[in-house]
Amino acid sequence: MSVESLFPRLEPLLPKVQKPIQYVGGELNSTVKDWDDATVRWALMYPDAYEVGLPNQGVQILYEILNELPGTLAERTYAVWPDMEALMRAAGVPQFTVDGHRPVRAFDVFGISFSTELGYTNLLTALDLAGIPLVAAARTDDDPLVLAGGHAAFNPEPIADFLDAAVLGDGEQIAIAISEVIREWKSEGSPGGRDEVLLRLAATGGVYVPKFYDVEYLPDGRIKRVVPNRAGVPTRVFKHTVMDLDEWPYPKKPLVPLAETVHERFSVEIFRGCTRGCRFCQAGMITRPVRERSITTIGDMVAAGLKESGFNEVGLLSLSSADHSEIGDIAKGLADRYEGGNVSLSLPSTRVDAFNIDLANEFSRNGRRSGLTFAPEGGSERMRKVINKMVTEEDLIRTVRTAYGQGWRQVKLYFMCGLPTEEDVDVLGIADLAKKVIKAGREETGSRDVRCTVSIGGFVPKPHTPFQWAAQCDHETVDRRLRQLRDALRSDKEFGRAIGFRYHDGKPSIVEGLLSRGDRRVGAVIRAVWEDGGRFDGWSEHFSYDRWMKAAADSGLDVDWYTTRERDEHEVLPWDHLDAGLDREWLWQDWQAAIGDEDEIEDCRWTPCYDCGVCPTMGTEIQIGPTGRKLLPLTVV
Amino acid sequence: MVQRLRVRYAKRGRLRFTSHRDITRAVERAVRRADIPVAYSAGFSPHPKISYAGAAPTGVASEAEYLEIGVSRACDPLSLRAELDTSLPSGLDVLDVVEARSGSLADRLEGSMWEVRLPGVEPDAAAKAVEQFLSSERVEVERLTKKGIRRFDARGAVGSLTVGNDMGGAVGAPVMIDDLRTAGQELGPPCVILRMVVRHEIPAVRPDDVLMGLRLVAGFAPPSPPEVTRLAQGPLDAMTGEPTDPFEPDRA
Repeated sequence: MSVESLFPRLEPLLPKVQKPIQYVGGELNSTVKDWDDATVRWALMYPDAYEVGLPNQGVQILYEILNELPGTLAERTYAVWPDMEALMRAAGVPQFTVDGHRPVRAFDVFGISFSTELGYTNLLTALDLAGIPLVAAARTDDDPLVLAGGHAAFNPEPIADFLDAAVLGDGEQIAIAISEVIREWKSEGSPGGRDEVLLRLAATGGVYVPKFYDVEYLPDGRIKRVVPNRAGVPTRVFKHTVMDLDEWPYPKKPLVPLAETVHERFSVEIFRGCTRGCRFCQAGMITRPVRERSITTIGDMVAAGLKESGFNEVGLLSLSSADHSEIGDIAKGLADRYEGGNVSLSLPSTRVDAFNIDLANEFSRNGRRSGLTFAPEGGSERMRKVINKMVTEEDLIRTVRTAYGQGWRQVKLYFMCGLPTEEDVDVLGIADLAKKVIKAGREETGSRDVRCTVSIGGFVPKPHTPFQWAAQCDHETVDRRLRQLRDALRSDKEFGRAIGFRYHDGKPSIVEGLLSRGDRRVGAVIRAVWEDGGRFDGWSEHFSYDRWMKAAADSGLDVDWYTTRERDEHEVLPWDHLDAGLDREWLWQDWQAAIGDEDEIEDCRWTPCYDCGVCPTMGTEIQIGPTGRKLLPLTVV
Repeated sequence: MVQRLRVRYAKRGRLRFTSHRDITRAVERAVRRADIPVAYSAGFSPHPKISYAGAAPTGVASEAEYLEIGVSRACDPLSLRAELDTSLPSGLDVLDVVEARSGSLADRLEGSMWEVRLPGVEPDAAAKAVEQFLSSERVEVERLTKKGIRRFDARGAVGSLTVGNDMGGAVGAPVMIDDLRTAGQELGPPCVILRMVVRHEIPAVRPDDVLMGLRLVAGFAPPSPPEVTRLAQGPLDAMTGEPTDPFEPDRA
C-alpha cells in the first residue's frame, strides 16, 4: 500500500509558523526513495528542533547508511515547535518526515537518537502527533517499532514504557542488522506480530526490549533485581562497537540545509572513544576503546565533504581531538591544502597544553585568532584530582600565556559546579584562576585587550561512570556557589571587566539528574509533565522546573532519592543489566579513588591497561596510529 | 574583482519558504560547490562579494529575484548561469545572467508585478474590494516591523490592481496574459488571482499590505493563506506602467 505525501495538507500551515523552511525538507544530499520498493522503512528522529537536529552526526550517518541499503529506506523527522504543533492538531496533520512528508506511523521503525535526556518529552509529542500509542504495551501491528539510541539510551529505563526497544553504542552495524531481522520477519509474513519480531531482535543480545524484563523492588524502594520474563531473552544486553572507522567513512554526503542550523560546517569524526578517564564523563566511559580514523581517510572525507556540501568550515570532531596520534600532521596537511582559500578549520574539543596552541595556530592560518577554549572542569587542584582531569594551574597559565602571546585575544574556560566532595572554596578558586589568566595575558601582550570567559554549569552524575553512585549536589548549593563566584569576579576592580561569566543555574541539572539515573517509575513523571504541556526541556524558555517538581510530587516520587542520594556499592542500579563493557568493580574502585586520596589514572593509550574491562568484555582493542602517512596537496582539476 | 555578473533567479514551489538569509547561505555554498571564482572582500573576515537587490519576503515565490556576483577571474555569463543553476537546490533556479556594464542594478528596480492567488475566494467579492481600494486616495495599513507597529499608506504605491481567475479570464478587469502564469506551479483548484504593479517606495508596500488594505476598505478576508509570486521587477515603462527587463542596459 502506497503512502501519500502529507505536504498538500501541511503547506497551508506553513505561512502561519515561524521559520517554515525547517518543515520543507529538500536539503542538498537528502534522499527520498520509492516507498513501494522498500520493505524496511525507518523514520529517524532527533528529538529537538530542526536547527539542532539537522546537523546531528548520528542521524546523518544512519540516514545515509540505511538509504544505501537495497530494500531499505530512511527518512528524517524532528520535533516541531509548539506553534506548528497547535496547527497540526487543529488541522489533523500527523507527525511527518521532512523527506517524503510521510506519516511517521506508516514506517516500520521509528528510531530516536537521544543525546540528552531532556528530549524525552519531545518523544511523547512526536508519538502522540504520529497517532502512535504512547505506551508500548498499547501498540498494535500497525504501529512502528519505537527504538531509542544515543548516549541517553545507556539508561533508557525512565522511558522504558514508551519504547519497544533500545540499542546501546555505535549504530552503524546494528541498524543494518535490525533491518535484516525485520526484512526476514516480514518476508515470512510477519508471523507472531510485533512480539515475535521484538523477540527475534532481543535474542541477538544486542537489542534491549524493556517489556521482556521485569523489575522487582525491595520494600525500601531500591531495585531488587531485573530479570527476563520469557525464554530466549538474554540477562544482559551489550553495547555495539564499530571497529575500523576507515571502513565506515560516513557521512559521505553531508546534509546541507536551507534553514539556519546550530552547526554550519562539515564535521568529520577523527576518532571515537576516549580513555583519558575523566570520572564525570559518560561519553568517555561508554565509547571505549579509542578507535582512530586514519589521516588519509580523514583527508579524503574532508575533501569530498567540502565538495559535496559547499561548506566553508570543517570541524574535526571527537571527545578530545588533540589526542589523535597524528593530529599534528592532520592539522598541517589540511592547513596546507586549504591555505589562502576561505575554508576554516576547527577543533572543538581540546586540552590544555602548548601543543594545542600550535594546532590552533595551524587552524587559524586562514582566519583570525579570536578565541580558544579550554576545559579544566574543576576550579581547584584538589577538585581536578577528584575528577581525574589532571591539569595543573601552572600548565594552564603557561598555555594561556603562549596563546595570548601568539595573538589570541580571548580564552574561554569551562567548569562544572557541584562535583563530588566540592566545597565553596573550590568554586571560588575559579575566580582566582581567571584573574591569573588575565594577568598573564596582560603581561604577555603588554595590552589590556585580553579577555577570558568563564562558563560553568551544574554537574550531573551519569550512569556507567565512576560517579554513578555519587550524590548529586542540590540546586540551592550549586546556585549559592555560582552567586559567590559571580560576585567574586564582578567585584574585582582590576580584572573584573576583562572576565565574562556565563552559567547555567542548578535547577535544570536536578531534572537532568532525575532522568539520567532514574528507573521505570520515573516514566509516570515524564508523562505527567508532558500532559501538563512540557516540551523542549533543553530550552530555558520552555523548561519549567516547577512543572517537573509538581508532576513528581503528584506521582508520589521523591526527587531527592533519585538525585542527591548517594548509592552504596551493592545497590542494583537501574542500568546494571545494560552492559557498556565496563567492569563494575573497576568503576567502584575508581569512585573510591576519587573520594580517597589516590594517584591519578593515566590514559591507557600510552600507558599500560588500567583494567576498565571494556576490551576483554567486548572483544575490542585500542586502534591508534601513527600510520606515518601524510596528506598530499589536492590536485587542481 | 575583474567582473560583475548580474543574475536573475526564481524562488519556486516549496523553496518560497526560504528566508532571505537562507538564500544568501545557499547561494554562497552553491558558488563554492560550482567553483565560481567569487571575489572576497579584504579585511579581518573576508566575505564573498555577492549582493542582493530587493529580496521577496519569506513565503513569497518569485520569478524575478536579482543578485550580483563579483568574480576575480572573468567568467562567461552563459556557463556561469548553467553552473550556478546546477549547484543551487531545485526551486532556486537561475534564469538569466549578464555581465554588468554600468550603473546600479538596485536603482533600476523601480517596481514589481505581483500575482496573488486566493483559493476559495468569490470573484465578485474580490472585484468589489479592488474597486473600493482603487477609488480610495489613501489606505492606511499597519504592519508589525522589528521596530514595532508601523502605519503607512498602501494605496499610493499601487500602480495597477486587477482581478482575474484561474483560467486567465478577467472579472470586471482587463484580460490577463496567460503566458505570464507562474512557471513551475502546479494547477490547484480554481481561485481568484489578483495582479498588481507596486512601485518600490519607502516604506516598501508589499502584497500582504495591499491585502490588508482590501480587508480594511471592504472587509475582504480570504479563507486560506494567499499564494504570492513576484512575476517581474525592473524599470517601470512610462506607457504601460509595468516593469521591464532591468538587464536591458547591460545587454547592448
